[in-house]
Order: sequence, then C-alpha cells, then structure tokens
Amino acid sequence: MMLAANMFVGPAIDWMKISPLLVMLGGVLLLILGGSLTPQWKKGAYGIVGALTAAGAAVLTAMLWRDLGNGEPTTLIANALTYSKFSLFATFTIAVGTLLAIFVTSGFLVREGEDGPEVFALILSASIGGMVMVQANDLIVMFLGLETLSLAFYLLTASSRSRTASGEAGLKYFVLGGFASAFFLYGVALVFGATGSTNIDKIATSLSANTVLGGSSTMLLAGIALLLVGFGFKVSLVPFHTWTADVYQGAPTPITALMGSVGKTAAFVALIRVFTGALGNRSDDWGPVVVVLAVLTLVVGSVLAVVQTDVKRMLAFSSISHAGFILVGLAAASKINSSDAGLGSSNALGYLFIYSILVVGTLAVVTIVAGKGDAETSLDAFKGLGKSHPVLAMGMTVLLLAQAGVPLTSGFVAKFGIIRAAVSTESYVLAVVAMLAAVIAAFLYLRIMVSMWLSESESTREISISMISRLAMLLCVAGTLAIGMFPSLLLQFTNQL
Amino acid sequence: MLGLVVVPTPTWYLVLSAVLFSIGAVGVLVRRNPLVMFMCIELMLNAVNLTFVTVGRAMSDINGQAIVFFVMVVAAAEVVVGLGIIVSIMRRRSGVNVDDLTELKG
Repeated sequence: MMLAANMFVGPAIDWMKISPLLVMLGGVLLLILGGSLTPQWKKGAYGIVGALTAAGAAVLTAMLWRDLGNGEPTTLIANALTYSKFSLFATFTIAVGTLLAIFVTSGFLVREGEDGPEVFALILSASIGGMVMVQANDLIVMFLGLETLSLAFYLLTASSRSRTASGEAGLKYFVLGGFASAFFLYGVALVFGATGSTNIDKIATSLSANTVLGGSSTMLLAGIALLLVGFGFKVSLVPFHTWTADVYQGAPTPITALMGSVGKTAAFVALIRVFTGALGNRSDDWGPVVVVLAVLTLVVGSVLAVVQTDVKRMLAFSSISHAGFILVGLAAASKINSSDAGLGSSNALGYLFIYSILVVGTLAVVTIVAGKGDAETSLDAFKGLGKSHPVLAMGMTVLLLAQAGVPLTSGFVAKFGIIRAAVSTESYVLAVVAMLAAVIAAFLYLRIMVSMWLSESESTREISISMISRLAMLLCVAGTLAIGMFPSLLLQFTNQL
Repeated sequence: MLGLVVVPTPTWYLVLSAVLFSIGAVGVLVRRNPLVMFMCIELMLNAVNLTFVTVGRAMSDINGQAIVFFVMVVAAAEVVVGLGIIVSIMRRRSGVNVDDLTELKG
C-alpha cells in the first residue's frame, strides 16, 4: 500500500504561471466565505474587493507577459493549459473586462439597494471560467471552463429580484446554453473518437500525420460541425443567435456588459484556438462554412439591429454584427497557406480587447439612464439626454462612434485590423460584405445619437450617477480615445501574438 | 435453439448514442415544460457519455472513461443551477410553461 502511494507522481505545477487564476479564486472564496460569515459590509466594499481581485489578476498577467518575453510558448500542468502570448493577452482582456464590469455592477447594486457578495463572487467565477477557456490546451479542460463561465452567467442573468424579465431571461439562457454545451461536448467526443485524443496539440499532430483512426473521417467531420454549432450558440452567430436579444435585454444591465466583454472574449478565443490550433489542418473543410456564417452574421445582425426600439436589444444585435466581424478574422486565419493567416487571429483578439472596453462603457451609460429599477431601456429614455446630461451624452456619443468604427476611435483600429487581415489573405468579398455591414450598423448608432441630441425629452426623470459609474465610463471613454488616437498603444502588443 | 449470435460492435453503441442525442435535441425543441426540456438536455449529455465510453473502450484508452466523470459532475452542477432558476420563477407565477414567458420579445 505504502509503495503504491509513493509511486503516484502528480504533474508538476508552475504556481507562478497560473497565479492570475489563483488570485481570482482567492477573491471568490474571500467574498463567499467572508461575506457570509461577517455582518453586511460598508456600501460598495464588496465591489472594491472584487475590483482589486480583477486588477490583481490583470497586473499579474502583465508581469507574466514581460516574463515570457520572446520565449517559446509552453504548456502547464501536464499539457492541460497553454502558456503563450496569445493566451496571456486573452487572459488580460478578460481581467480588464471583469474589472470594468465590476465597477458598473457596484454602482448598480448600491443604487438598487441589493449590494451583496454573491453577484461579485459569481462575476469572478465567470471570469475564472473564461480564463480557463482561453488558456485550455485540452478540449475537456475547455469544456470545464465553458461550464464554469456559463453556469455563473445563468445565475447572474436571473439575479435581479425586482424584475420578472430577469428570471425569464435566465431560464431562456439556461435552456439554450445547456443545449449548446451538449453540442460542443458531442463534438469533442467525436473528435476524440476520430483522432484518439482531446489534447489540442495531439489532435493537430494526429491530423497532420493523417492517421484518422478507423478511416472515420465522417466522424471527424461530424465532430467539427458539432463543435462549430456549439461555439456558434456561445458567440451568437446567425443562425444560432436567437437567444441573444432576449438574454441581453432581460439580464441586469451590468451583467449584459459582462456577457458582451468576458463571455464573448472567452468563447471567441476558445473558438479560434480549437479551429486554428487543433483543426487547422482541416481548414479546407471548415473554412467555407465559417465564411458563410460570417456573412450571415454580419448582414442579419446589422439589419435586425436597425429595427429594434429597445437600446439593450439594439446593442444585442450590434454585438451579433461585431461577432460577424471577429469571425471574418477567423475566416482569414483559415487560409493556412497564406503567410498572413496569423494576422486573422491576432487582429481578432485585438478586436475583442477593444470591443470589451466599448461594450462595458456603452452599457455603463445604459445602466445609468435606465434609472432605479433598471427599467427604462427603450430608445425614448435617451431622448433629450444631450440637454439634461451633456457629459453623459458626450461619453455615449464617443462610445457609439467607436462601435460604428469612426476614425480616431478604437473601433476604427479594430475594424481596420480585421479588414486588413481579410484583404491580405485575399478574401475580398468578405471584406466588402464586412464594410457594408458596418455602414448598415452605423445607422443604428446614429439613431441613438439623434435621440440623445436632437429629440426633446418627454419625461422629467431624475438620473442619479454614482462616483463609481462615472469612473467606469471615464475609463472606457479614455481607453477608446487613447487607442483610437495612438493605435500603437495596442498594436505593439497584438503584433507580437 | 436458434444459433444466432451477434456480437455488438462499437458502431452499434455510437449509433445508439447518436439516436439518444437526437431524441434529446428534438425534445428540447418541441417540449414546452422547462423540466422536460431540462431532462432532454441531460439525455443529450448522457448520450455523449456513451460515446466517450465506447470510443475509450474501442481504443483501449482509459481517458474516455475518465472524461465521463467530469461530464457527470458538470451535469450535476447544471441541475442545481437550472432547478434554482426554475424554482425562483415558480415562486412568482403559478405553473411553468415556457410559452407563458413572453415578456421579452421583439
């Protein structure tokens, strides 16, 4: 017995390199245990602990980036996680998105009188799931990350006790999310059957050696298709987007911001990792499908966004249109014979970073305008905002212009990067469709701006703006303008990916 | 006695799991009770488990069976979250039918 126990050797764990995950986990435990064992903390204290945790993870990730320098990418914990610039940048994006979303949430919860540790603990757990997803080097590890992220999101969506729409959205998200997870998992199982491994590197090796076991290339193709369906739901690609508008509208507004930033980044990076990392060799099979999905997502997302009357629904469809843009990056990355294929995935990640900041900033303004009860999210609620709250309206205008991709804002840098990747891999049609979709989507952002600046307000609602909401909005607007005017701030990092 | 001996091959199990998965997927799409939809999702996950076990067995790879435990844990966690959400909705309204949840549309 003793001998058997001594013979077991666990995998070596480089604790420093997974420190961002550990810090986040520590924050979750502190909030849950500390929060339930002590009397109610001071107003906003839970939010500060959550924000410090996310900021700590971001700083540690930045330190690890410097530490990695020009070193070779490696794997951690018996090949379960990757450790590369790509995974570190994605982790950093998630940490920043979490930090900003926590600021918005904190102001929101204090206003609603629902301040407590649970929401922040769930936000941090969702981010842990996201970080595991983007670092995963094994499809099962990725599945665990995906479920950690999704389960936390279902609860966060249903977390508002004052609005019945929140519970409805939570249930809808839960059913469709579980449905999508099952598709993803079935895809993993079939790829496992066809290649003999769930490890991303080993799948790639197996496919490049062309040793599909038992001649089961049908199994592999079915697996790839199911993975694409599963991811399609998670990143809301047309035709798997139907849940998005309902969930974005029903969820508490700060949680919508978190879904747009952390949720989208995690799912997209995982999608890119699986398809370029593990299945890159089979891009002839999935490349054309991705192109079709990108075109559908761009066009349908932009067109449906224009006809909405609720700002949160508009932003949901605009997020679908943005997803189409990011997918153009993956389509570019699928041209593995081109020397510029790498541009596709690195610019997609840059897009995700920029979009994370934009979406949190935009929804921070929506949170403020929605007022107590989180109810006034129709376009009418924005009427006359330019007169009553010029600074708020100005911030919103900058963020909307950036979402539309106007030069001198970060949105232009993001869209330019994707179009450049598409053009340099000779996907001209896709580039043209993407630009046309951006023009259609611009109409939607203009509608909100016209409503703010040119319409007279009908109601005399008071809007209270807390300090922390101001801070969140200020940071997002500053980031948007800084990256827009000095793109090298971001490009010096994404160029290394 | 009929001397009929048919040895099931892994393909049988793969087909069975594909059928179970399809039943689950169709169930989610056509049934209107969240609890039944929820059971259909569980059916889909367990169909995948069968695939994992079959593939693991066919390749003599213990990983296929180890993965099943991870999936079961995730499925259990999903039950907790899902039932929690359903209960919180039930408290506010009588009876659960997804067709009654129509506040969000557009």
